[in-house]
Amino acid sequence: MAAARSDRSATPAQVSPNGVDQAEAIKAIRLRHPWRNVIAVILVAMLVLFLVDASQREAYGWANFGKYIFDQRISQAAGYTLLLTVYSMVIAIILGVTLAVMRLSDNPVVKGIAWLYLWVFRGTPVYVQLVFWGLFATIYSTIDVGIPFTEPWLSFETSDLISVFWLAVIGLALNESAYMAEIVRAGILSVDKGQDEAATALGMSWMQTMTRVVIPQAMRIIIPPTGNEVISMLKTTSLVTAIPFSLELYGRSRDISVVIFDPIPLLLVASAWYLLFTSILMVGQYFLEKRFSRGVGQARPEKAGTETGAISVKTGVITTPGEASDSSTDPSGKEHR
Amino acid sequence: MTNATTSGAPMVHADRVSKSFGSNEVLKSISLSVPQGEVMCLVGPSGSGKSTFLRCINHLENVDAGRLSVDGVLVGYEERGDKLYELKPREAARQRRDIGMVFQRFNLFPHMTALENIIEAPIRVNRVKKDAAMAKGRELLAQVGLAEKEDAYPAHLSGGQQQRVAIARALAMEPKLMLFDEPTSALDPELVGEVLDVMKGLAESGMTMIVVTHEMGFAREVADQLVFMDGGVVVESGDPDEVLGNPQHERTRAFLSKVL
Ligand SMILES: Nc1ncnc2c1ncn2[C@@H]1O[C@H](COP(=O)(O)OP(=O)(O)O)[C@@H](O)[C@H]1O
Ligand SMILES: [Mg+2]
Repeated sequence: MAAARSDRSATPAQVSPNGVDQAEAIKAIRLRHPWRNVIAVILVAMLVLFLVDASQREAYGWANFGKYIFDQRISQAAGYTLLLTVYSMVIAIILGVTLAVMRLSDNPVVKGIAWLYLWVFRGTPVYVQLVFWGLFATIYSTIDVGIPFTEPWLSFETSDLISVFWLAVIGLALNESAYMAEIVRAGILSVDKGQDEAATALGMSWMQTMTRVVIPQAMRIIIPPTGNEVISMLKTTSLVTAIPFSLELYGRSRDISVVIFDPIPLLLVASAWYLLFTSILMVGQYFLEKRFSRGVGQARPEKAGTETGAISVKTGVITTPGEASDSSTDPSGKEHR
Repeated sequence: MTNATTSGAPMVHADRVSKSFGSNEVLKSISLSVPQGEVMCLVGPSGSGKSTFLRCINHLENVDAGRLSVDGVLVGYEERGDKLYELKPREAARQRRDIGMVFQRFNLFPHMTALENIIEAPIRVNRVKKDAAMAKGRELLAQVGLAEKEDAYPAHLSGGQQQRVAIARALAMEPKLMLFDEPTSALDPELVGEVLDVMKGLAESGMTMIVVTHEMGFAREVADQLVFMDGGVVVESGDPDEVLGNPQHERTRAFLSKVL
């Protein structure tokens, strides 16, 4: 840069005051987009019409909306929705990691069992699965502890042992774990094989290699789609009426609406709460994705002015996620369910 | 630096070692020996089995035939009576602790600083106290000329600096043998020298080393023994000046004409 400038100053004749020979800025007439404006006006007009109409329409029952939006039963139900989401995601993540590791195992039986699990739980609708969980106590009326085909030592009534709430959590978690397994698997596969090799060569055990070297690096790939899964799970909790568990948002507002013979305002109440939660989660998701799409690893800018700090890093050793040897599973691009 | 071991016995001894991947026989009856404290350079065209041989020495791969031992101990197997028993993962890991390995692509852990990279294995594997490990780690960083860089993440180090950290990381386990798999092949030319210098220093301190390299100058200067491999066999071996100056085999000549 400095060299170029000193070259220039050798021929001062053409140089403008700021040292650069600049052309005049272009002053052209901007291209008009008349149709764009027309369409925008139509869309806004339609939206306004719809809102004005909705605010006056009897059927929406805005009075009841106002009455129930902060009803204590509703806010408690919102709490249940959050509990269902958190518990089932926690279990799903633990199970998902286990299944992912099983799928990557060298043992064909272990691998096969994990595959079978994913096949069943991804291949059937979550609603149908939840109905099955609701019938769990009918199918297995007692849970026996003992040696198979002999008199059990202990026998429990299933309905005493597991509440409907926990059946809902289990139902959601088992379904979700199948999706989490794929996300975790993609994350683990995204970590360069050389990392595994280096850790092994240092004498680290498989467990140490996994927990200290592979998983921390896989997190970068795993966390963003997991955030999406949380948002998705929050909405899926509305399906637990299939069990039936009805203390969460959707079930509770339905029950209230049956009593007051006015279903629509309570659907709006539930929707408003779902929107509030998903909006908060989406903001969180936005920051997560920004955080985890950053450059390489968890590199932080180094303090300036050390040694030959300018040496390029272009020999790039650290593999980017895209280099995964098996990237057939795109964690975010899963099919809808 | 050197561990006093049974003198006389070679540090690495390979006796007709063979290894196949499926039907591809990658190592064909390799026999060689590296005495304690000596440096062996292993050269040969790409695909000749050099990396595979190194990986067999620290049991990242199993050998199919022959005997391979490090410091008099069979690698990967245990001999009881006239039977060989495969080692449990824990025992295999114990053998690897004493063998340092440096890779072409460094393979530093990108989520750890230089110092954290170095102290990870001593703390987790050898159960060294953190303070002691850090003191030792700083000493090693100074030894490879990177005392200033202990808090730098690998992404902020040049290739040459990363490779020097990788060497320090391997040394932190106090190995009795160091394996280098093309340690300078991924480096920009101007960064090769700094890594070779560290390796020279290590050789002078008496470390037993096997170095796969295309740096013939380094081989000539540092190696006690040069082995030329091609197609999974040892074609020629001996004093580096002899092999480089007066190669006996056509294949050696053909290879050397390309790299010299
Ligand atoms: N894990 C593996 N599975 C199958 N083939 C392999 C594997 N590793 C190496 N090979 C094959 O073994 C041969 C020797 O490879 P390598 O030891 O890496 O050679 P070099 O290091 O001398 O270039 C090559 O043909 C390579 O394709
Ligand atoms: Mg190689």
